[in-house]
Amino acid sequence: MEELVIQKIGPVSDEEMVLNMGPQHPSTHGVIRFVVKADGEIMKVAVPVVGYLHRAIEKIGEIVTYPQFMPYTDRADYLAAMFANEGWALAVEKLLGLEVPPRAQYLRAISCELNRIASHLISVGTMGQDIGALTPFVHALREREKINDLIEELCGARLTYNYHRIGGVAFDAPEGWIDEARRFVDRFEKVLDEYDRLLTWNEIYVKRLAGIGIIPAEMAVDYGLVGPNLRGSGVDWDLRRDAPYGAYRDFRFDVPLGKGWVGKKGDCFDRYYVRMLEMRESCKILRQAFEKIPAGDFLAPKVPKRIKPPAGEAWSRIESARGEMGYYVVADGATEKAWRVRIRTGSFTAMGIVEPLSRGMMIADLVALIASLDVVAPEIDR
Amino acid sequence: MQPLADQLIRSWIHADPGAWPYTQAVYLLFMLIAGALLTTFTAVFSGIVSWYERRLAGRMQSRIGPNRVGPAGFLVWVADALKLISKEDTIPGDSDHALFRAGPYFVVTGLVLTFVALPFGDRLIAADMNLGLFYILSVTALVVVGLIMSAWSSNSKWSLVGGIRSAAQVVSYEIPAGLAIMVPVLLAGSLSTQGIIRAQGGPAGGSFFLAGGWPWNWFVFDDPMAFVSFFVFLTAALAEGNRTPFDLPEAESELVSGYNTEYSGMRFSFFFLTEWANLWVMSALATLLFLGGWQIPGVAPEVIGHSAALVFVSFLVFVVKTVALVNVVIWLRWTLPRIRVDQMMVLCWKYLVPIEMAAVLLTALWMLGFAHLVPAAQSAIHGVFFLAAGAVPLVLFLRQTFANLRLTSDRVDLTNW
Amino acid sequence: MLAVSQLGSWLPIALLFLVAAGLALALASVSALVGPRRARGVHDESFECGSEAIGSARERFGVKFYVVALLFIVFDVEGVFLYPWAVLFRELAWPGLAAMGFFVATLAIGLVYVWKKGALDWEH
Repeated sequence: MEELVIQKIGPVSDEEMVLNMGPQHPSTHGVIRFVVKADGEIMKVAVPVVGYLHRAIEKIGEIVTYPQFMPYTDRADYLAAMFANEGWALAVEKLLGLEVPPRAQYLRAISCELNRIASHLISVGTMGQDIGALTPFVHALREREKINDLIEELCGARLTYNYHRIGGVAFDAPEGWIDEARRFVDRFEKVLDEYDRLLTWNEIYVKRLAGIGIIPAEMAVDYGLVGPNLRGSGVDWDLRRDAPYGAYRDFRFDVPLGKGWVGKKGDCFDRYYVRMLEMRESCKILRQAFEKIPAGDFLAPKVPKRIKPPAGEAWSRIESARGEMGYYVVADGATEKAWRVRIRTGSFTAMGIVEPLSRGMMIADLVALIASLDVVAPEIDR
Repeated sequence: MQPLADQLIRSWIHADPGAWPYTQAVYLLFMLIAGALLTTFTAVFSGIVSWYERRLAGRMQSRIGPNRVGPAGFLVWVADALKLISKEDTIPGDSDHALFRAGPYFVVTGLVLTFVALPFGDRLIAADMNLGLFYILSVTALVVVGLIMSAWSSNSKWSLVGGIRSAAQVVSYEIPAGLAIMVPVLLAGSLSTQGIIRAQGGPAGGSFFLAGGWPWNWFVFDDPMAFVSFFVFLTAALAEGNRTPFDLPEAESELVSGYNTEYSGMRFSFFFLTEWANLWVMSALATLLFLGGWQIPGVAPEVIGHSAALVFVSFLVFVVKTVALVNVVIWLRWTLPRIRVDQMMVLCWKYLVPIEMAAVLLTALWMLGFAHLVPAAQSAIHGVFFLAAGAVPLVLFLRQTFANLRLTSDRVDLTNW
Repeated sequence: MLAVSQLGSWLPIALLFLVAAGLALALASVSALVGPRRARGVHDESFECGSEAIGSARERFGVKFYVVALLFIVFDVEGVFLYPWAVLFRELAWPGLAAMGFFVATLAIGLVYVWKKGALDWEH
């Protein structure tokens, strides 16, 4: 590993120095490591080194039963665990050919959109923090706490939810919960305006992000970027609209795209602001879901006690907070365990683009770039 | 300080200070007491500010802040100091031990020495030097030396980058700061800190609304150049104190902790003692240069010295103004993001330096142009300028603040401290 | 005997220097007495984010910063000349303004020169 890194860095001249940024560094959002070759403040190259949080989640998926794997998926992306849950549930449902009741689909969409807001809040908050603005982070976390409260009422957990089930969700929404969630959305849209005043259009903040880490649309596609990172580059692609799953067919919403608001299209600010706008869209979706949520079962009545899918394979794809997330499952048809589990995540591909973008950046810009890509260490390493 | 000692000798011992044999000993004693007081003040002030800043930051961030040790957590700085004293003083094996140990001393003494020339009120100053401002600018350079020593000797790359950044930043912003100071110096015709404050006392023999420390007598509202210079000075002072948005040398998210990465225990705390004490230094400097110092509104500066009560009031006035500025600096720190190193350089050399060069010359021009005007007309100009640059923007600012509060359906809540 | 008052304002500086340095030294000494000593092995290494350091920190550093230092020396030394002028400006009046106008203009030309040379831009 080290040899590979040294090879990537290339020859180091007299004036250059090689810095280890991470794994223990305040702005690496977990344990990620970048080996930086810099001449003073200007970086020649930053090589990402991953694997410090590898927990063999995919392998675990092959030694536990299908329902047992659900809590493990939480750990694949602890900031957006609902999506990881849903991806797994969808994959296994495909294997089983199971129909999910409409109310469960709505509860999934509601929980996921709440979780998307929570995850984006962390993203925009830490973005501010990495740029040096410490207060917006805490304000973002304050709102996230309210989402955590809501989700806690829904499923009893605040971080690793384990809420979705194969064939539905674990619990129905408690009485009055929908109204409470609606009140939160009403309040939250005003708070978003406040973030815009407090952080988004702050002169220094804009100057720090505009024109930094520009990812052209073709490059974003080539490197397999997904989600807000892809849309920040102006590529119009959102699975919720383009390959809808679950309840998303029923909702009308816009897909915000990077426009180069203050700098060039696809820069750090675009990725940041796409997330800000996506939170507004999530609010829209939530409102519609609260209106339309049907009565009925929250878990399919026909889910077998012992889940033993027929031999075959399934691929589920969902639009997670960090973009397209996919579960590939192969069932052998004989046991209650998957023969192979593979998780495709947005953060891992996002790490790949750091090296080509880092050339010629300043050290401070690298921090902004990593923050704008919104990578989460367990999602990279799994 | 000597006038104060003279006065005490006269009033208590009823002796003539010129003839009394022990006068020199009393002077020496006074200086020692003043030295001890100033050092203690530095330490205690930075301690209290560390608590205050954390409480204020907590308030701004919808949280509480330290609230365990003592009432409202007030004693947390004592607990912090005790903790830091009892920590290991780690010295990295590969570091340059002598420099590594010495660096923090340079930083602390460089800062404490500025207090000699900083006034606290009429007559309340350790040494009213005729070169006071020049002296302050000189000794603060010692802080940079200490920072570079600590950074380079640590033998850590993060420290090195932080130290170099710090050096580049502090020396760059000395230029606009020095030039901005020139504007009040021009207006007052003095480099003595007390002399500059005395010059902000309004026209001699003015009526109640013209005499003393009314805002329209402050240098900041004297003319447009002084107004601009005030903000340039504040910006440059933030940069020299490594405060947000200029906290690049210790930018946590980039450089871990910058120049103090390798420090621990007491030596580490010296850097923070300096940072917080520097809050006072820069706020006091801005107060005395631009905001009328200790001048009491409605009281002519000549009168203050005759009454101990008025001296005390002048002390209060100075402290209130300075603490208000400290609040502004803290508020900025917890609001603004950090600028990048190239932006920092561009801001300094391409904006502040040319602006200040022009401001100094224009101030001189202004003085010559208005020197022949009668005092009343000058006071009128100051008054108009105070309204235009001070009162109206303040009202607009407050209106915007309350409008923002309404938009978030929030309210002003002063409970739960 | 040298009168204390003749030393004017400089004696307080010396005294304050002694008091401040003494206090700092005393605090550090107390800390050395009270604090633990566990220096050994990895504990003594410089911080490199938990990885083993590649290369040393005692290397040549980007020339950019030295340009800044030079600029500072030029402008600060020139700026020092402004102080006596500012103090005496009332007496110097128009001739003083003319002289200093010329001086500052020269400085400004210098600033324009380094600006055009690109010494103030970070990216080369």
